[in-house]
Amino acid sequence: MTRSAKPHLQGWGRFGGTRTTLLRCSSASEVRSRVAAGKLIARGRGRAYGDSAVSAEQTLLTAGLSKFIAFDVHAGELVAEAGVSLEDIVATCLPRGWFPRVTPGTKHVTLGGMIAADVHGKNHHIDGSMVNCVNWLDLMLPTGETLRCSHSENATLFHDTVGGMGLTGIILRASVSLRSVESGWIRTRTVVAPHFRAALDAFESNAAAPYSVAWIDCVRRGSALGRSLVYLGEHAPQSALTAEQQRDRFAMSPRRCLVVPFTPPVSLLNPLSITAFNTLYFHRGKQATAPRLTGWDPYFYPLDAVRGWNRLYGRRGFVQFQAVLPLDTAERGMEALLHTIAAARSASFLAVLKRMGPGRSEGISFPMAGYTLALDFPATAKAIALVTQLHCLTQQHGGRVYLAKDALLSAPELEAMDPRVAPFKARRLANGSAAHFQSLQSERLSL
Amino acid sequence: MSKPSVLILGGTSDIGQAIAHTFASRGFAVVLAARESARLEATAADLAIRHDTPVSVLECDATDPEAAVRLFEELPALPDVAVCVVGTMPDQSASEADPALATQVLRSNFEGPARLMEAFGSRFARRGSGTLIGVSSVAGLRGRASNYIYGSAKAGFTAYLSGLRNRMHPRGVHVMTVLPGFVATRMTAHLTLPSALTAQPPQVAGAVYVGFTKKRNTVYTLPVWRLIMLVIRAIPEPLFKRLSL
Repeated sequence: MTRSAKPHLQGWGRFGGTRTTLLRCSSASEVRSRVAAGKLIARGRGRAYGDSAVSAEQTLLTAGLSKFIAFDVHAGELVAEAGVSLEDIVATCLPRGWFPRVTPGTKHVTLGGMIAADVHGKNHHIDGSMVNCVNWLDLMLPTGETLRCSHSENATLFHDTVGGMGLTGIILRASVSLRSVESGWIRTRTVVAPHFRAALDAFESNAAAPYSVAWIDCVRRGSALGRSLVYLGEHAPQSALTAEQQRDRFAMSPRRCLVVPFTPPVSLLNPLSITAFNTLYFHRGKQATAPRLTGWDPYFYPLDAVRGWNRLYGRRGFVQFQAVLPLDTAERGMEALLHTIAAARSASFLAVLKRMGPGRSEGISFPMAGYTLALDFPATAKAIALVTQLHCLTQQHGGRVYLAKDALLSAPELEAMDPRVAPFKARRLANGSAAHFQSLQSERLSL
Repeated sequence: MSKPSVLILGGTSDIGQAIAHTFASRGFAVVLAARESARLEATAADLAIRHDTPVSVLECDATDPEAAVRLFEELPALPDVAVCVVGTMPDQSASEADPALATQVLRSNFEGPARLMEAFGSRFARRGSGTLIGVSSVAGLRGRASNYIYGSAKAGFTAYLSGLRNRMHPRGVHVMTVLPGFVATRMTAHLTLPSALTAQPPQVAGAVYVGFTKKRNTVYTLPVWRLIMLVIRAIPEPLFKRLSL
């Protein structure tokens, strides 16, 4: 493919961005010639919210690296090119009894993107993040040389790459371990938490639940501050399925999708609509706490049912804030964050709270043992000021920010939050990747 | 019950691979054949994994007069469906400057594909069943200054398919002609194509599969092409020769 264009490119939040030269590739040798031609950053499905996968120079679309290479159906080990989507991985592997060990909240991501962001899911407190299921990956270096990296081989580069936001090289292919499942159905149960502390208690007392995540109401203040619905889930055994579910054992029948056909001039998600939604949602959720079976698609990927939901925020786009606070400061710190958010009255439509398991001392990946909170706001001046305040609180409480969501952090803020960043930068300078693999985000954060 | 099978002649082409995916996703076993079969290995693995179906790879140079004979020696069984996506499209001016290249264009787009289809047609007729699908081109519907070497080869292939269909019909074998119009593939990557008139390879494959199940005679990928070519063919020659097309 020789076509290139120079369109304005943004992240999923449709905020910021830049004009970039788009490059395509469909083989490792094409990637090599792209890498030889100048500075670039890889981009999968463009689901990073901010500017992680946008470069002012060249942006390499990996969609053409879309081949499955090997699938060991007995061991549950999959080898695939980096541009293969999670959607295709589930469609291919689940009917044969295998599900991804780690999945983010959308299936419209690529394998390479999942590795670069070291994504986590609702099971992070038990199974960890992407790094825990990648057996190895092949990375193309600035020299055009391909290096196999794993927990035991080129381990430093492996840890820098998993969670390294594409800044160490181009991930060409990877081997991942999958989870054996008896069905595609998830047994879910809801715990109602009338305030924030009750939500934390629900997480701690249900630590054995394979999946857990909370929807949190960030509008309520006072005694109902942080009221939540904590969703617990586990893969349902075949014996738990009804006769009808048995016929669709892996819940593969397609789901109806809504489409947001155009971008409204202003955000449809505003404090008024969100407050109304939250009230309805909380009370509806309170009434439906009994265990029930849900298909994997609506359970793991509820927002995928609304194609182009990112347009609901209007032309200005939106920004995400996701931070994790360590266990010892989580309660105090989260309350401070929630107070600040509720007081700002910049309502967030999607607010998600989750207990995380341990992270890594190597690399710059996001997870750490503690609690993570994710929110998004229409990209107004007020919301941007609020996010800056939240960054400050995160840092004060020893937490850090998820780079796959970030569009606003500054270089000094990042360095102050994360002692792993300075050595990461030094390694990038030393191995030549700093001069070669750059995104708007890496430049903003001086990574 | 064993799976139905499809043979893709020209398996390295983007359209051929898209057709392979579509048939494989509908439960077909796949045989991919192309000149450099080593280039097919990765595609074959991908097809087999994604669709949980047997996929094999054969070497086949359509311009070799012995190609069909060799294929029949190597094919484990006669396929139910044979799709020919063989063809090349070098720049018209290059074909004008180099008679050897022009000959190659005629061979790879007409002579080779027709010879292959002929061989499969005879075997299918003897069996009394099967479908032959030939991917030709709208460029064959009228010769234009900008692309007439390729166009005339495709015109020959289209006429050939029409005749074969006529001959095969009473023998229980269906022949389908595919005229894809503009398609965004590696073959056309250097051209600037109008997006409203340009299909993606999976769209072509979807149209081919629907045409196959409905036993269509001629399939255009985007319906607008039927209209465009109706107009282009209706222009009187005295006027047409003055146009820059």
